[in-house]
Amino acid sequence: MPVTTVFEGSTQRVSVLDDSAVPDSQLDPKLSKDFLLELYKKMILCRKFDAKAIALQRQGRSFTYTPFEGQEAVQVLIGMMLKPTDWTCPSYRESALYISRGADMGDLFVYLKGHEDGMAIPNKTNDMPLSIPVGSQTAHGPGIAYANKLKGNQGVAVVFFGDGASSQGDFHEAMNFASIYKLPCIFMCTNNQWAISTPCKIQYNGASIAQRALSYGVMGVQVDGMDPLAFYQVFDQALKRARNGEGPTLIEAICYRFGPHSTADDPKKYRSEEEVATWRKMDWTGRFVTYLRNNGVINEQIEAQVDQEAIASVEQAVAKADTYTDSPVQMFDYVFSKPTAELERQKQEFKQFYNK
Amino acid sequence: MTLMSVIQAINSAMAYELERDSNVVLLGEDVGYEGGVFRATDGLQAKFGKQRVIDTPLAEENIIATSIGMAVAGLRPIAEIQFSGFVGVGYNHLVNHAARLRYRSRGKIKIPMVVRAPHGGGIRALEHHCECIEGTYAQVPGLVVATPSNPVDARGMLSAAIRGDDPVLFLEPTRLYRAVKAEVPDGDFTVPLGEAKVVEEGDSVTLVSWGPMMKNTSTAAAEAKNSGINCEVIDLRTISPLDSTDLVLKSVQKTGRLVVVQEAPKSFGPAAEIIARINERAFDYLQAPPMRVTGYDTQLPLGTNEDFFIPDPARILSTIKKASSY
Repeated sequence: MPVTTVFEGSTQRVSVLDDSAVPDSQLDPKLSKDFLLELYKKMILCRKFDAKAIALQRQGRSFTYTPFEGQEAVQVLIGMMLKPTDWTCPSYRESALYISRGADMGDLFVYLKGHEDGMAIPNKTNDMPLSIPVGSQTAHGPGIAYANKLKGNQGVAVVFFGDGASSQGDFHEAMNFASIYKLPCIFMCTNNQWAISTPCKIQYNGASIAQRALSYGVMGVQVDGMDPLAFYQVFDQALKRARNGEGPTLIEAICYRFGPHSTADDPKKYRSEEEVATWRKMDWTGRFVTYLRNNGVINEQIEAQVDQEAIASVEQAVAKADTYTDSPVQMFDYVFSKPTAELERQKQEFKQFYNK
Repeated sequence: MTLMSVIQAINSAMAYELERDSNVVLLGEDVGYEGGVFRATDGLQAKFGKQRVIDTPLAEENIIATSIGMAVAGLRPIAEIQFSGFVGVGYNHLVNHAARLRYRSRGKIKIPMVVRAPHGGGIRALEHHCECIEGTYAQVPGLVVATPSNPVDARGMLSAAIRGDDPVLFLEPTRLYRAVKAEVPDGDFTVPLGEAKVVEEGDSVTLVSWGPMMKNTSTAAAEAKNSGINCEVIDLRTISPLDSTDLVLKSVQKTGRLVVVQEAPKSFGPAAEIIARINERAFDYLQAPPMRVTGYDTQLPLGTNEDFFIPDPARILSTIKKASSY
């Protein structure tokens, strides 16, 4: 036969909650009330953090911030589902992952206020520093996963990136390497529809980012990323595959970036209010909160209390950052494993000149 | 002691370190079954297995990026890039991540990785295969740039680089891979990074060079000696961090004259940095302006003319005489 089929495949999308907040009976992960309450508390906390970080920048009390509003389900759930020994390679938009993993929000504010010490990665979990060059962190996960596999320690690496980063060569190279060596690595793409002012349709022309997995021989799936029940289902499967030695998974979570790309741009310039309003209907504050109320996980009283606690925690963190002081001399630390002769000389010059 | 070429010394260092520490892994294009395009990794996959001597897809950026991930999670990767010009493909990872992660994590993450690449001209290869790139990377805080010039240093410095806790760009002198042989110590042997070496003592002119240029530099020094000019020849060995300034300084205080030999283009290179430091700290000792013999601020010419670009013994000798008679 002169013409044969080399490859055939399809890519699926998973959602659990419908528009009326009713879960699909087959796909509902049937999470415990305790877990759901914990998830809700963390998502509220993260949203308060996000709003505060923007406010501080607007008040001139901190520097550039890249908000995550609309992407909490993905980040918070992954933080709750991973073991502390698993590694994450987050991008700059993954502060909620850090918070969910148990990072000190005070440190995050210290970072946003422009102090190196705030960059210190969380103490109790394996997380890389937030990566700034777009997409490059996707290529670190497979290396970590390779080390885990070689050491036989069952650890998983999760790399975070967005629709914009999917255009970078790093993403292709990382997927290729991870697939060839069947690595325990999860490629977590949060498709939030916008890369600064560039919409998805200028980023890629396929029907999805998830379908690219097929060409690498990787499992790929699209999921409603604003539906925590659907996301739990999909991420749980990817984790099991990774831990069972079945190789990498590419997850494309469909979300929306409600805020600006960063505190330095105004999204009103490139997208309409109507578009934002349409996506707002999908936000977890609607469907998911309704689901939680319908199932007796939260009620008016609990919600008020959770809100109050979250606000207090965020204020406490801001206070920590407000009272934080450092010495500029710390710029000379951690350049090399040992201080070099020339750096020591420059440090002494600095200290003498500035009397620090 | 075993008589070895530079390439055998490099192979020997990697074999020793793979044996010594199970966290050491080696990765790159054709490094496994093929043993590398210059045979630097010959026989290592057969000995240490495909899991630790890893043939990668053809993607230099990914080789460097994967190494970073491996280093984060406790391995000590040695990444081979086949030719110096292709290190640039992984520039983002080397500069924005490998060199910065210790600083960015406030010391919680270390990146003990070595990126090995042959460098320097004289082998009549294609473009991008022969460029001297040490200056480009020497300005990156947190990245060690080292280049041996002989079999003994090749083995000792590579072992030190693999055992160290900083990312190292280890530039190997391509045209000397098989051009020089020397008795190399067996067993556990390291040459600490960051230390330059006086390879010949003298009191007339301080002559500083490194890596592939050391051969022509030593030849020129020997010819100068015939004319009664005794050069103190220093092999810099580690370009960055340049912690050997004191050694050069001490020599210049004795000779009063400095000539730096650099294969890379003239402007903004390590030669300029060395001369600046000597001007800052030994100006009063100088009896002649510090001078440099370098490549030109052009592209490295193709095979036919590349020997006009690379400083030859005659050009170095002429500058030594100029400095000596100033």
